[in-house]
Amino acid sequence: MTKLLKPGVYFMEGNIACAEAALIAGCRFYVGYPITPSSEIMHHMARRMPEVGGVFIQMEDEIGSIMAALGASAAGVKSMTATSGPGLSLMQESIGLAAMLELPVVIVDVQRAGPSTGIPTLMGQGDVMQCRWGSHGDYEVVAYLPSNPQEFFDMTIEAFNIAEQLRIPAFVLADKVVGQMYGKVRVPDYSEVKITERTKPDIPPDKFREFLPYDSKYLVPPFAAAGDGYRIHMTGLMHDERGYPNLTKEASWKLVTRLVRKVRENAKKIAKWDEINVDDSKIIVIAYGSVSGSAKKAIKIAREKGIKVGLFRPRIVWPFPTWRIEELDSKNYIDTFVVVEVNMGQIYHIVKGYVKNAKVIHISHAPGYLPEPEYILSQIEKIYKR
Amino acid sequence: METSNTKTFEEESVATYKKIELPPIYKDIEPLLRIERFPTIWCPACGLGLLLKTFAKAIVKSKIPPEKHVVVSGIGCTGRIAGYIRVDGYHVTHGRAIPFATGIKLAKPELEVSVISGDGDIVSIGGNHFIHAARRNIDLNVIVINNFIYGMTGGQLGSTTPKGAKTMTSPYGNLEEPFNLPLLAHACGASFIARWTVFHDTQLLDAILRAFEIKGFSVIEVLSPCAIFAERNNMKMLELIKILRTKTKVDHNAPLEELTISPDKPIILGNFVERREKPSFDKLVFDIIKRVGGE
Amino acid sequence: MASIATMRGKSIPHFYPKLCKGCGICIDVCPVKILEFAPEFNEKGYHYPRIKPGMEDKCVGCRLCERYCPDLAVYVEVMHS
Repeated sequence: MTKLLKPGVYFMEGNIACAEAALIAGCRFYVGYPITPSSEIMHHMARRMPEVGGVFIQMEDEIGSIMAALGASAAGVKSMTATSGPGLSLMQESIGLAAMLELPVVIVDVQRAGPSTGIPTLMGQGDVMQCRWGSHGDYEVVAYLPSNPQEFFDMTIEAFNIAEQLRIPAFVLADKVVGQMYGKVRVPDYSEVKITERTKPDIPPDKFREFLPYDSKYLVPPFAAAGDGYRIHMTGLMHDERGYPNLTKEASWKLVTRLVRKVRENAKKIAKWDEINVDDSKIIVIAYGSVSGSAKKAIKIAREKGIKVGLFRPRIVWPFPTWRIEELDSKNYIDTFVVVEVNMGQIYHIVKGYVKNAKVIHISHAPGYLPEPEYILSQIEKIYKR
Repeated sequence: METSNTKTFEEESVATYKKIELPPIYKDIEPLLRIERFPTIWCPACGLGLLLKTFAKAIVKSKIPPEKHVVVSGIGCTGRIAGYIRVDGYHVTHGRAIPFATGIKLAKPELEVSVISGDGDIVSIGGNHFIHAARRNIDLNVIVINNFIYGMTGGQLGSTTPKGAKTMTSPYGNLEEPFNLPLLAHACGASFIARWTVFHDTQLLDAILRAFEIKGFSVIEVLSPCAIFAERNNMKMLELIKILRTKTKVDHNAPLEELTISPDKPIILGNFVERREKPSFDKLVFDIIKRVGGE
Repeated sequence: MASIATMRGKSIPHFYPKLCKGCGICIDVCPVKILEFAPEFNEKGYHYPRIKPGMEDKCVGCRLCERYCPDLAVYVEVMHS
């Protein structure tokens, strides 16, 4: 507990806030590879990890980074890596492995403009779909959408907690603006900070022959770490409760359904979003991350002009609060959902899938560049005048 | 209790005590084997069964308790070995066993972490991770089973396939030169480098015990007969086994440049490099942590 | 041959059909060639080895069959006289 950032109010860079939050959450293994605009997290961790007794390593590429993070997690240590779009693309196979082995890990994606090398030094929101669907096969993740350094701090801690609780890979989808802007960050008293640890087996290690690492009587099986004495086996192959490869139809059904149920059955408890003036709005703007600041300003001006517009701001994109969208849509007073994103349509498609009555419009913007409030306002006015 | 083909899925998926009876000579290594999964999936005459026996013996003979051993393996026939050894074992993605093992070792440096995987997994797709881990000299024991081919997937060429050999992707004979694995490991800075075959089990056991003991990056190339390689090259397994057993020469002092395997000369085996002076990467990391004042 | 057998006492290989994959390594590697495939086969369809009828006392106890069996299906019992 010594040498952590002391409780208080700071003016700090988003990336640094994320790193310090990870240390407070109990992260003691950081591994990474340089990539703009996330490298500040790695630089900070290189210096701070040894100070708190944790391990830092820079690996030879992103694949090595995520695999080392998974190895540390398998040994029972909370681990994390930070990257951006291109690095996340490289990590996809390993993210599938994390989901299959059910290893908790936190992956911070400080998004930048894509596709491909794109604009490394400017923001983007192009990884929303990638973090959920990027790997092959079926699995579920949880992904947070911070919009300022305070949220980057808070959500990093929450990401560690959800990863430990559900044994899943958890993502913090920041972007260059959130990561490299300076903002007020309040570090709470440690007693106020909830920290979750993965459940340990309730059988002692000398009874290891009776321990089933993927016991299906639990939705989230208790975790035995390497070196704890349980002689477990973990494999990326389809497996049964013993962790042994089992390629039968029964094993396949049982395992994959449980992997997705971990998040799906808890979706209503996990999902988080903000609503502003949603109850008397004809137009709902859906915006997230660093775009939400611009959207809030546009809505404020629009309201002053008499346009009944509100904001729906997801703070977690996966699982997405689709039931709330359906509920709002079913009340039949909303005309249009306007999804504003700096991409060519990602959360737009989720919303579109759950809206039957209202119209759904996508406002995209050049990757790299935050839409100005005036731009969003003009789009709202155009829709309003139809 | 015998294995039976009539068990239901429910019974099978939790059976950890179901036993096949092993000969009494194996009573020392039996606790180290997941015999509820025997017989193994490997082909008849595959050398991997011999590696399994030798590695289990090494765990027993090492002064390290089995709870402190970890095995990480990749994809391929050799990769299945983690599923047959009763220690904490991880069967991860293709080529990525070494970085996964790096994470385990740095998180819990008191564990003895071994990577057992095939030539394709470690030096083809995993080549980048191999050279960097060797360069860092992290304390891992990497056992590379070289069967000269990608066996599990039907017999494609790999980076250790001899020049001229026939495979599914070299039907006119392999055009590529194979890696000289010991030379590669040495160029990257490995601390202990050896090459044996699965049939040289006494020497292999000794080499594995040395690798456990040496605090640095150890690489043991183990040549093994593969039924798929034999089939693609019009050989009988017993012929291939005879070559690996007899067309070899033990020379610990052979110059590493001459260790390339080719059909026209005997295969050179030995413990070629043993450098104990270099500190391992994990030791350096923890020295910094102590110095900078962490717990 | 006879003197080695006398020095060691008798030795005899035992086979475990359930584990055998019929690879034939033990048969091939035996220096006194006393092993052959049995006409019977196991649950998986493999013929397992047996000592050639009448050669039961010819085993010299080299234990190569035991050592080189990849499936742990052979062991050589050495009985001291």
